[in-house]
Amino acid sequence: MSRTTLDLWVGIFVAAGFAALVFLAVKVGSYSGSSGPTYAVSAEFDNIGGLKVRAPVKSAGVVVGRVGGIGFDEKTFRAVVRLDLDGQFEFPADTSASILTSGLLGEQYIGLDAGGDETNLKDGDKLQITQSAVVLEKLIGQFLFNKAAETPATAK
Amino acid sequence: MRSFARIAASFALRFFKYVNTASSKEPVVQLEQVRFAYGEREILRGVDLTVHRGQLVAIMGGSGSGKTTLLRLIGGQLRANAGRVTVAGQDLSRLSTSALYALRRRMGMLFQFGALFTDMSVLDNVAFPLREHTDLPAEIVRDLVLMKLHAVGLRGAAGLMPSELSGGMARRVALARAVALDPLLVLYDEPFAGLDPISLGVTGQLIRRLNDALGAASIMVTHDVQVSLGLVDYVYFVSDGVIVARGTPDEIRASADPFVHQFVHAEPDGPVPFHYPAPPLASLIEGATA
Amino acid sequence: MNAFGELLRKIGALTIDGIWRLGFASRFFVAVLRYSGQSFRRLPLTIREIYFSGVLSLLIILVSGLFVGMVLGLQGYDILQRFGSSDALGIMVALSLLRELGPVVAGLLFASRAGSAVTAEIGLMKTTEQLQAMDMMAVNPVARVVAPRFWGGVISMPLLAAMFSAMGIFGGWLIGVVAIGVDDGAFWSQMSASVDFRYDVVNGVVKSFVFGVAVSLIAVFEGYDCQPTAEGVSRAITRTVVSSALVILALDFVLTSFMFRGL
Repeated sequence: MSRTTLDLWVGIFVAAGFAALVFLAVKVGSYSGSSGPTYAVSAEFDNIGGLKVRAPVKSAGVVVGRVGGIGFDEKTFRAVVRLDLDGQFEFPADTSASILTSGLLGEQYIGLDAGGDETNLKDGDKLQITQSAVVLEKLIGQFLFNKAAETPATAK
Repeated sequence: MRSFARIAASFALRFFKYVNTASSKEPVVQLEQVRFAYGEREILRGVDLTVHRGQLVAIMGGSGSGKTTLLRLIGGQLRANAGRVTVAGQDLSRLSTSALYALRRRMGMLFQFGALFTDMSVLDNVAFPLREHTDLPAEIVRDLVLMKLHAVGLRGAAGLMPSELSGGMARRVALARAVALDPLLVLYDEPFAGLDPISLGVTGQLIRRLNDALGAASIMVTHDVQVSLGLVDYVYFVSDGVIVARGTPDEIRASADPFVHQFVHAEPDGPVPFHYPAPPLASLIEGATA
Repeated sequence: MNAFGELLRKIGALTIDGIWRLGFASRFFVAVLRYSGQSFRRLPLTIREIYFSGVLSLLIILVSGLFVGMVLGLQGYDILQRFGSSDALGIMVALSLLRELGPVVAGLLFASRAGSAVTAEIGLMKTTEQLQAMDMMAVNPVARVVAPRFWGGVISMPLLAAMFSAMGIFGGWLIGVVAIGVDDGAFWSQMSASVDFRYDVVNGVVKSFVFGVAVSLIAVFEGYDCQPTAEGVSRAITRTVVSSALVILALDFVLTSFMFRGL
């Protein structure tokens, strides 16, 4: 085989390989969503339920960042969650965070509700208003407890 | 011939190089009390050998006598356990890898079955050392290669692949490749193995002619006695790791040494026994009947 | 008792031999890296090897990728529709391929197609004294023969794995959307919403790169280290395929546990 044919085939091969990579990056993976600078804010929760690192952070249903890390504060005995927010989105300083579930049994994510403050969140800030995850077992337990408390009252 | 002048110039340069080095009288290869062992097994037990410029020397001996090991020591593929191997004035045991490689550019080696690169054409095979070690322009390399191939009578086969060559032709191409860089020393490992009588005669004549034309030193390991004695200038006989006899072909033919006599006249029994060491047959039979 | 002692001695000999070979392979790896300069300075040498290990493996990689993707489409649909979430078919196909099947299956195919060929080639060169001849011509066989084949494999492997994954996703789409009738929009949008570029795509590429290094090293080492006989070469080829498969699967476990532990 001559040099030029060989070079041509290898050229086609490498080009096809990179085309496949670009296809995987752009069409399959959401390449544009996860690039660019981010800034980190933290939030404390009483209970994070089944929240995982890298879970999405959404505001009005749009992904605006990811959960960067989950820790535990030994003094307050609360969970500390670091949110890596996309640099192109800015939120007021009094924004609230809540842990929500997509669908009945779906994955858990953090929802942000924008407040009305004049100043915006900066890197390293802490969200003051948080709402913990709804833990299904607690909910059912509470429901049963209420039922049990109701029944004797109506029997009287 | 568009580049003839340039080739002539490069040959002239090479020629001057030879004149310079040839003026010194020191031997090209010198072995002094060389010992070598593979682990516990001693192969060579104190070998002395000297080869001068222009000489074609044969190392002969039976299979497993250590003659191929000797060739590898000279080529620097193996290192002696004791003694000194000197090639072109340089002690091989003291050379670094790069210095050894520099020395090997002045050596050529013909392997037993040619060892041509099977994925390259004949032309590319012979051009290989030139392309690796010189920056000569492509057309000069091509002309040089064709001249080397012409010398071995295979200029017409330049475009063939090694798989398309007969055994004798492959050996001649390998010969052209071994002398591509006009070496100072050429080593031949069993150059006649597996050749038909015609190819054998041709290869033998080529080895002699190339040695004389290059003014090089050549060492040939062989057990083909009759052909070799007609070609070479000097013979060393190796047996069981030592040199048992040495001399010019005439001295060897006339030698009264029983080993040399057995070897030269191809007698089945002698100092080299026909039987592998074993208990006497009689004891075996007695043991069976008892 | 004697048989037991014999067994122990055999285990000991095997262990020592294994460690010795591992050490030799590591030293060989260092040597290959050290003499790699030439494979990049003289690019045609490496390009030739990319042709032999990459381009010639294309057909088997693309066809296998298509079939694996089509099977994933069928099985994935069958499982997901039980939970009423057949829209997530795209996610399932893409994630299985990008994270696991792409690098692993492409690696296994690469080892048996290209790795075995490299071992056979180097082994035959050794058997016919071509490597020794090169060494005697003052050309280092590790630099001239081994390193370009190693780098050809290392460069080809991630590209082949990416093509395998892309082809597989196409196969899954073909079965899921065209044949079964999953919604086209849901297939792609769900996929790109939950496949993360850095986390899933890049990690898959890293895996395939690591497998490429491992398979190429095993292939060149077994060829270079083989017994210079016909039988030795055939045994070296078998060893290349078997140890490549084992190393790929073991490395895959290690890499997966590092990369995807957080989820």
